[in-house]
Amino acid sequence: MIRIDSVTKRYPDGTVAVDRLSLEIPDRSITVLVGPSGCGKTTTLRMINRMVEPTEGTILLDGEDIQGQPVTTLRRSMGYVIQNAGLFQHRTIVDNIATVPRMLGWGKQRARERAAELMERVGLDTALAKRYPYQLSGGQQQRVGVARALAADPPVLLMDEPFSAVDPVVRKGLQDELLRLQDELGKTIVFVTHDIDEAIKLGTMVAVLREGGRLAQYAPPAELLSAPADGFVEDFLGADRGIRRLSFFASAELDLTTDAVVPADATAERIAAVKAPHLLVTDPDGRPLGWAERTGLTAGDIATDRLLPFGRPFVPGTDSLRVALDCAVLSPTGWAVAVDGGGRVTGVVSQQTIGEAIRAAHTESRADKAGAGVAE
Amino acid sequence: MNGFFDIPSDLQHSWAGLIGLHLRESLLPVAAGLLLALPLAQLCVRFRWLYPPVLGLTTVLYAVPSLAFFVVLIDYTGQTELTVMIPLAVYSLVVLIPAIVDGVRSVPQETLAAATAMGFGPVRRYLQVQLPIAAPAIMAGLRVATVSSISLVSVGALIGNQGALGNLLAAAQKYDRPELAVNAVVTMAVLAILCDALLVLLRVLLTPWMPRGAHRRAAAPREQLTPEGVTR
Repeated sequence: MIRIDSVTKRYPDGTVAVDRLSLEIPDRSITVLVGPSGCGKTTTLRMINRMVEPTEGTILLDGEDIQGQPVTTLRRSMGYVIQNAGLFQHRTIVDNIATVPRMLGWGKQRARERAAELMERVGLDTALAKRYPYQLSGGQQQRVGVARALAADPPVLLMDEPFSAVDPVVRKGLQDELLRLQDELGKTIVFVTHDIDEAIKLGTMVAVLREGGRLAQYAPPAELLSAPADGFVEDFLGADRGIRRLSFFASAELDLTTDAVVPADATAERIAAVKAPHLLVTDPDGRPLGWAERTGLTAGDIATDRLLPFGRPFVPGTDSLRVALDCAVLSPTGWAVAVDGGGRVTGVVSQQTIGEAIRAAHTESRADKAGAGVAE
Repeated sequence: MNGFFDIPSDLQHSWAGLIGLHLRESLLPVAAGLLLALPLAQLCVRFRWLYPPVLGLTTVLYAVPSLAFFVVLIDYTGQTELTVMIPLAVYSLVVLIPAIVDGVRSVPQETLAAATAMGFGPVRRYLQVQLPIAAPAIMAGLRVATVSSISLVSVGALIGNQGALGNLLAAAQKYDRPELAVNAVVTMAVLAILCDALLVLLRVLLTPWMPRGAHRRAAAPREQLTPEGVTR
C-alpha cells in the first residue's frame, strides 16, 4: 500500500501545488487522481517516485518511507507511463521496452525476450520489434509505453495522463486493454487524468482534487456519482451524473417479457394474443428482424421488409442499466431488445420497466448504505 | 594547364602534401572546438542564465580578425600551425555551442521525464538520451563549422607559409602564376564539399531512427506538458 500522509508541495515562489494531501492507495487496484489543470495531480504522482520532493509530509510504500532508499532504485521499482509515451526516439521498440531490465543488469538476450513477451501482452505485433518509434501510430506508441513500464515487473505503475493524446476510439481501446491487463497482472496503479469519464471507467477509487492541490473527495466511482461531497465535485462530474451512475447497476434483473416477440411466420392466434401496440419480429433462429405495428398485420406472412428498425440490442447481465436505457431510448417503439450472447432474442423491456428498475436500484443502494451505517 | 600541380619549392610540400596539411589544420580545430563546446553547451543547458553571455562571448570572439589573434598568439606559439589552429577552434564555438544547446533542448519533455522516472541518473540521461537525440542538430553544426574552417585556414599564409593550400594564393602573386590561385580555390572547394558529404553520410549512419526524407534538424520543441514539468 502507498500511504500519502499530509503531504504539501510548496515551490520557492510560494505557489502551493499540493496542500496537506492524505491518501491511502490500496494494493492491486487502480486509484485515479482527477481534477482540473493546476490541481496538483501530476505533482502528487511525481512525489511517489520522487521526481518531485514534498515540502512537508511523508509518503510510505508498504510501511517504509520512500526517502529510505536510493532514488534510482525506487524509480526502477515503479513503472511510469507518460502522455505521448515519451519513447526514446533513437532506440528500437524492443530496446525501448528492455530499458529498465538492461539497467537492472539483465543480459541482452533475456531483456529482449522479456520485451517480446510484453509486446504480445499489450497487443503489439512482435514484427514491430525492430522498428523505431516514428514508424508507429500514436496508439501503438502508447502501448509500447505501457510495455516499457511493465518490463521489470514492478509492483507499482504510475500513469500520467497516458491516453489523453490519442483519439477517442484508440483511447477507448487502450482503456479496455488496461482493464484487461490489470485483471491479469494485479498491479498497484496510480493513474492521473483530467477526464472524469476516464476516472469513473478505470478507477477502483477516485480522488478528486481541486485547484491549489486540495482533496475534494476520495471515493469509489459509484459513490462519487451518487453522493458528491460538494458543489465543486458535482460540477466536475457534469450534468448527466445520474445517467452515468446507471453504468454501475446491472441489467440482469430487468423484468423481460416475451409476449410481444413473434416469429415472422406467426399464426393469427399468436398475433392476436399480443396486447402491446408493437411486436418484435424474429427470424427462424430467434434473431431480431424489426418492429411491426399490431394493427393491420396479416398472419403467416409478416412483411419483413416493412419493419421498423430494432436499434441496438443489449445483453442482460453483461450490459449495465445505462446501456439498457440507451437501447430503449434509441428504439422507435421505446422498447429495448434483450439478446443472449449469440444474438437471439430473450425478451423485450419498456422504458417504463427500466425506469422502475432504476428506482428500485437507487432504493437498494440507499438501503445498503444505511445498513452499512448501522453495522458500523 | 602547364604547371598547375607544379608547386614552388619554397612551400616545402607537394600538392598532395598541402592537401594533407590543409585537412589537418582545418579539421583538428573543429574537433577541439567540439570537445570544448560539449561541456560548455551542457553548462548552458543546465544553467539557463549562462547561455546568453556565452553566446555573446563566442560572437565577440568570432568578430576578432584572425590577424589580431596571430599578433597575440605569436609571442607564445610562434609561427606555427598551432597559431593558426587556435583561432579556428575558437571560431567554431560560435556555431557548435548553439547547435548543441538547441539539439539538447529539442529533446521532448516527455522523453526526459520518462528517462528520469525509469531511474536514469543525470550522467546516464545525458549520454544515453539527450546527446543521441541531439545528434542531428550537432551534425548540422559540425557541417557549417567544418566548411568554414576549411576556407579560413588559408589566412595562415599571413604568418609565414602556415596557410596550407592558402599559401598557393601568396605564391601565385609572388611568382605571377595565376593557375596556382585557381588550384588553391578549386581544391579547397572540393575538399569542403567532400568533407560535407562525409558528415552527411555519418549523420545518416548515426541516426537510423530519423524519419526518412525528413531533413529537419531535430524535433521541434514541444510545449511543456504540465506546470509541474521536470525543468521546474
